[in-house]
Amino acid sequence: MTAAFPPLIELRGVNKHFGPLHVLQDIDLTVGRGEVVVVIGPSGSGKSTLCRAINRLEPVDDGVITIDGRPLPAEGKGLARLRADVGMVFQSFNLFAHRTVLQNVTLAPLRVRKRPKEEAERRALDLLDRVGLADQADKYPAQLSGGQQQRVAIARALAMDPKALLFDEPTSALDPEMINEVLDVMRGLAREGMTMVVVTHEMGFARASANRVVFMADGRIVEDRAPEDFFTRPSSARARDFLSKILEH
Amino acid sequence: MKVLIDNWSTYWHGFLATLWLTLVSAALALVLGVLVASCRVSPVRPLRVFGTAWVTLLRNTPLTLLFFIVVLGLPRFGITLPFFTFAVLALGCYTSAFVCEVLRSGVNTVPAGQGEAARSLGLSFGQTLGLVVLPQAYRSVVAPLGSVMIALAKNTAIAGSFSVAELLGSYRTINELGYGIVWTFVWIAVGYLVITLAISALFNGLERRVAVSR
Repeated sequence: MTAAFPPLIELRGVNKHFGPLHVLQDIDLTVGRGEVVVVIGPSGSGKSTLCRAINRLEPVDDGVITIDGRPLPAEGKGLARLRADVGMVFQSFNLFAHRTVLQNVTLAPLRVRKRPKEEAERRALDLLDRVGLADQADKYPAQLSGGQQQRVAIARALAMDPKALLFDEPTSALDPEMINEVLDVMRGLAREGMTMVVVTHEMGFARASANRVVFMADGRIVEDRAPEDFFTRPSSARARDFLSKILEH
Repeated sequence: MKVLIDNWSTYWHGFLATLWLTLVSAALALVLGVLVASCRVSPVRPLRVFGTAWVTLLRNTPLTLLFFIVVLGLPRFGITLPFFTFAVLALGCYTSAFVCEVLRSGVNTVPAGQGEAARSLGLSFGQTLGLVVLPQAYRSVVAPLGSVMIALAKNTAIAGSFSVAELLGSYRTINELGYGIVWTFVWIAVGYLVITLAISALFNGLERRVAVSR
């Protein structure tokens, strides 16, 4: 199934411990270029850690993670360069509180990509327009709603022209009526062929936009299948149990 | 008042010397403090060890002892400098340990997610600290930094015992001329008060500016 997508992100035999807790156990995962992989699972299953390991916000104990064929370098310039190519969207948005919306989006293009100011601002305004927030460019993050902040965060990640985007529970901190405005943006990105790894509890998004669903439990990948297969015929008892709990209401 | 008017030039020179000593030492303390704080929060272990050692050593040494070490110790290694420079070194290094800890506690008030977001965009450690974390830490460090600077201003008095002309030391000259000891010291105290209140006012102003820009 992944044959249609040349591999972009690969994890091989990845293990990670938090003290005695074995949070990632022998993880093997390939994400193809242009593929949307949704990671779901009960809390504490290691799905956020998996997502954060891909750009080494969480260093792993052993195993190999490669992006575009290159193994993740150790902390330093090489890692920074790699992170510039892999965007990340956080549960708590993490917009820079002391900078305006526009400055949030232009900071990395200016300082990391060394783009000229006018070009960075023009592109930032385009991206803000795309997420429906061009009119908020001069506000500070605290003046925006959660949904707006998360859309700015997506624009900020896109401003670096990333090869892939990581979403770590992007809608979990949002009020229900704001979830859709963020998912709309994400659905748009998925349609355009952005490579995405999405940790989420939004089963509707997984069903409609994912190429694959990865189900994790207790630090292991239990299932890795097409969404329709997974939601209609989960093969493991663990997944059946999980789905019965979240899909009933 | 007579003491002050008669000895105005002695007081004035002492006052200026103390002010200058405070300013130069403060500049050194701030620069070193930022560098050492950067070491203490850096991902590189040897730098963290260095930062911790710096703070532990300097913060726990009596300042007078530090003066002795600098003034008597450095010349043994062939380093001979003007007494003023020795005093700036002692005061600046000593105060940098306190500045570092104030900055570090400020850095810790900035949510971890801010640094993670910066790093995930490809900013280097230095850029993350300088462009994202420290500017946000600034708000919470202004007030305690003011206290550290006031302590520094008062600590300059120790330099007087090490052949540096400064405000407190001016009592010797005035005393030798036979003026009353109490009033001599009252006017010296007023001189320190002028400097420390000026520092207070400066930091209150900074605090207000930060509050407005929030």
